[in-house]
Amino acid sequence: MRLSLRKGFSEMLAVEVNNVTKRYDHRAVVSDISFSVNPGEIFGLIGPNGAGKTTTIRMMMDIIKPDSGNIRIFGETLGETTKNKIGYLPEESGLYKKLSVIDSIIYLASLKGINKELARDRASELLKQVDLQAHQQKKIEALSRGMGQLIQFVVTVVHDPELVILDEPFSGLDPVNTELLKEMILDLRNKGKALILSTHRMNEVEELCDHILMIDEGKRVLYGGLAEIKSRYSGTPSLNEIFLKIAGKKE
Amino acid sequence: MTFIVPLVALLAIGVFQLVSGVAKPTTEEVKIGYVDESGGFDQYTSQGNITLVRFETSDEATEALVKGDIKEYFVILPDYVSVGIINRYTMQKELMAPPATTTAITDFLSSNLLAGKVPTTTIARIQAPLNLVTITLTATGTMAPEQGGFGNFVIPVIFSMLLVFAIIFSSTYLLQGLGEEKENRVIEILLSSVSARQLLTGKILGLGAAGLAQVVVWVASTPLLLNLASSSIGGFISTIQIPPNFLVLAVVYFILGYLLFAVISASIGAISSSSREGQQLIAIFTVPLVSPLWFMSLIMWFPSNPIWIFLTIFPITAPVEVMIRLGVSSIPAWELAASIVVLVLSIIGVLLVTVRVFRTYLLMYGKRPGLGEVMRSLRNA
Repeated sequence: MRLSLRKGFSEMLAVEVNNVTKRYDHRAVVSDISFSVNPGEIFGLIGPNGAGKTTTIRMMMDIIKPDSGNIRIFGETLGETTKNKIGYLPEESGLYKKLSVIDSIIYLASLKGINKELARDRASELLKQVDLQAHQQKKIEALSRGMGQLIQFVVTVVHDPELVILDEPFSGLDPVNTELLKEMILDLRNKGKALILSTHRMNEVEELCDHILMIDEGKRVLYGGLAEIKSRYSGTPSLNEIFLKIAGKKE
Repeated sequence: MTFIVPLVALLAIGVFQLVSGVAKPTTEEVKIGYVDESGGFDQYTSQGNITLVRFETSDEATEALVKGDIKEYFVILPDYVSVGIINRYTMQKELMAPPATTTAITDFLSSNLLAGKVPTTTIARIQAPLNLVTITLTATGTMAPEQGGFGNFVIPVIFSMLLVFAIIFSSTYLLQGLGEEKENRVIEILLSSVSARQLLTGKILGLGAAGLAQVVVWVASTPLLLNLASSSIGGFISTIQIPPNFLVLAVVYFILGYLLFAVISASIGAISSSSREGQQLIAIFTVPLVSPLWFMSLIMWFPSNPIWIFLTIFPITAPVEVMIRLGVSSIPAWELAASIVVLVLSIIGVLLVTVRVFRTYLLMYGKRPGLGEVMRSLRNA
């Protein structure tokens, strides 16, 4: 059980990724990546398309296995119990089109070990927060894309996970719902949850994240506290510019 | 579907009882004309419900046909005895002469040809020379307890078709479910809660249990329905028997057949980009599954052909082939044992491949990988 040294006090790390590598067809899509995530922080996982972000996330979810290295979630190796502590919103995700909103949420919550009654109560509460309670009996196929994305978020957090992984959560959301989601994310952080946010929207990363990891071609190119990273690049205040600078250096 | 099959059978028995109690069979009296240009054909003009009416000339017969006095007529030519040709005239367009008409004319001609030359009883025997009764003996020469016959064939044939439906429906649900979960992108959310192995096992066992319940209901209701049908309808129905060990083998082959198709369906579902594509691919396997049904008449006429032994042991055709063969002849114990062993080994082999395919391709969207690519990834996995 590793302790967090970054915050200066004893606290179990939410995520520890140690020297993880994954290959497909002898090509390393993730190469010797290491990082850690604390409870009560929002960790930004950024990088260009095809950098290895989703592969890294899937290894954290135990959906695919690393070829080398190890991953621990709240001090435990990946397994059944760790999955129930994680809420995951994939980039490309969907729900059963013919099921109603409430039934979809309850079913997916039950897979995380939550009983139906508790899932129903939590679902109602969360649907009220995202202003979709009136739509709970509707079928998923009847919802707009933005509404569907909010329901996906509800599914992600309904079982009150300790670690929330969000891959492009703002996709399809209008500015109002984007702000709503940001508030909910900040609220989760304030409650002591660990959050990993993978997105291309650098303004959201700057606004929300405490620490970031930038991956490119499977390798770690930038890692640390957001403020500290920005101070390294004087004269280039925005993260977007830092990102472009690093991406440009390689060419 | 589970209860529909026995309910439909019950309904059929009920309808038969109702109809046979209300409707009396009617036999229409038919008149057929004939012109005897050969001479000597003037007896035996009453053939069941068909009466043969003699006309002197073809013109008279045609006039009677046009008026509607007769249904049709035939002409016995002067050289009939040497050439055997009879010209038949009818106003109805038909593919071939009705069997009742052919029988009546045949019996009329043969009876007249033999009249006065042999006793009447001999004429009757010549017209119906064979009533074959087959008795099956055991290897020691004693009478076999199971005498076979069409009565033994009916239930296995019906069951082979029901088995095909049950296997295909159950595995299609699995394939469809996986395909939709991939299309809807639900699969990654599921895999964040359960492992690929748990997902695969849960789907196979869950759908298998539903299919098995269906088959057990059919198997359990068969003896009851047979008894009821036998006492209500009688006739041929009362000769229908269930071959020994058939019901046990029906359940065994459903379980093994379903498991094989379920793991194949899971593999296809994992690599397919859509539900529709998966269903097109599974046809490669369902065609051989049903192929023994096409050869049913050949199995009946040539039950000992070695091809059926191959189909009994080949895993995809085995479930249906065994059902049909059980209705025709006994299957040697070694063939059944080999069939079951090969099926079990096939299921294990395909399952090992399926688990790897599942893990590798379940989250791959877009174009379906070709067979070569799948084989390469399995080797590297």
